[in-house]
Amino acid sequence: MIADHLFFAGINLLLAWSVYVVLLSGNLSFAQGAFMALGCYCAGVLTVKLGWTLLPSVLLAGSFSALIATIVGYPTLRLKGIYLILVTLGLTVCVRVLLENFKFIGGVGGFGGMKGADLTWVLMAVLIFGTLLYFFSRGPMQLVCDAVREDELVAASLGINVVATKLATFAVGAFIAGVAGALYGHYMNFVRPENFDVLLSIYVVLYVVLGGVNNMWGPVVGALIMTLLPEYIRILAEWRPSVFGLSILLILLLRPQGILRFRMSTQSSKELLRHG
Amino acid sequence: MVETSPKKLLVIQHLNKNFGGIHAIKDFNLDVNSGDLIGIIGPNGAGKTALLNTITGFYRANAGQVFFDEIEITNASIHDIALLGVGRTFQNIRLFKRMSVLENVMVARKQIFKRPVLQLFNRLDHEADLERAMDCLSMLNLSDKASKSAASLSYGDARRLEIARALTGEPKMLLLDEPAAGMNETETNELIEDIQLIRSKVSSIVLIEHDMNLIRSLSDRVVAMDFGLKICEGSANEVLTHPEVMSAYLGEDEYVIA
Repeated sequence: MIADHLFFAGINLLLAWSVYVVLLSGNLSFAQGAFMALGCYCAGVLTVKLGWTLLPSVLLAGSFSALIATIVGYPTLRLKGIYLILVTLGLTVCVRVLLENFKFIGGVGGFGGMKGADLTWVLMAVLIFGTLLYFFSRGPMQLVCDAVREDELVAASLGINVVATKLATFAVGAFIAGVAGALYGHYMNFVRPENFDVLLSIYVVLYVVLGGVNNMWGPVVGALIMTLLPEYIRILAEWRPSVFGLSILLILLLRPQGILRFRMSTQSSKELLRHG
Repeated sequence: MVETSPKKLLVIQHLNKNFGGIHAIKDFNLDVNSGDLIGIIGPNGAGKTALLNTITGFYRANAGQVFFDEIEITNASIHDIALLGVGRTFQNIRLFKRMSVLENVMVARKQIFKRPVLQLFNRLDHEADLERAMDCLSMLNLSDKASKSAASLSYGDARRLEIARALTGEPKMLLLDEPAAGMNETETNELIEDIQLIRSKVSSIVLIEHDMNLIRSLSDRVVAMDFGLKICEGSANEVLTHPEVMSAYLGEDEYVIA
């Protein structure tokens, strides 16, 4: 039971990080549910239909999502704000409809037979992506992303390739979501396209908004609170959407930048402060 | 020794930029040699910033060509032009406000882009990088504010940080868009000293400015623009006393007060 909760908390955390990574360069993606679905089905086909083992399937599933993200992202990441949000929402709907009409992988009826992922797998994934994100956030590329997020034109005038930066974060975000999807499918044993409803993508963005968008711990707090609280306070489970809506409203009113709003300082600032 | 003619760093030929029916830049020609400090003056709306934006790739030219260091950069992408060695500042200060002063300059280091993947999990505290960034900050008297937030800087310091940030990218040419705008006389005089110091670090500087004191004390050559056209070019004194420049700034004779 508790392993179940922790597993889903881990999956949600991976998804929240995947939103966070895309947000690093300033883009809000509502397509993470779609990339999760693509990863889930891709890994499922590899293990069930082609007999691959789990680890390479998970990695290839992530890469497949990243590839689709790159193809979709190249023309669309030039869009800004609300337009990009609409495109990513549209992508989520498209992927679901596509999966529903694909008989090879079960269509509306769903696709089964995947197995092998357990809590250890998702904890490993969280540990690996968490470590990579931690070191990333102290390095120069974090600054590059910050610059793109704050002012694209100024960033470009300093020699930063803005489109490449956005595309890279979009692809890496899709990779993480794809891995999460692959693990999710192989834990559930059976998935249907409706598991990847557009609401999932919206919830995941809300985890990040709730927890905080400025550092990698915000998504952790947001995902854990919103996954685990409803499980342990039963009344919350029934009222989940209402509690969700209400807490988002409260957070936006009281702490518009999320629960954890600090920005992680990069290595150089710390070094400098130490040396005076 | 045979005297060689100075190297042409920036060559602009017959440049045109229209916004709908408005000609922001009309058949503009300019050569900037290495070692030059060129001042561009002209009344508001003369096309000075449009010129700078077209050189740096922010605007696409409708006709004409721009060469930098013998490479054509007409309509190249902004970051490619920057990587070739063109640094710029902005008329309305545009700092990364959520970063510290030091981070604002660190992000401009070109080394980052040489091996982007290797830089992913690198640390920022390479001695040489930090030293270079601190050098640029201290050149503009900002080193004691390095760990402060960029948003907390005074107006003059914010202007100086923009210049320091552009310098960290080690540009060959620096384009300054009204660096003295909004500064009082003391601040402007400090800025003149700063720019004189910077001249040793870049091979040429193009300066858009309304402050004639600054133009007079810094420029080797002055270009005056009005309605997108170059109306004259020459030494500061020649240009500032040129009748067309006078009338562009002050209007027709009967309106001249002083």
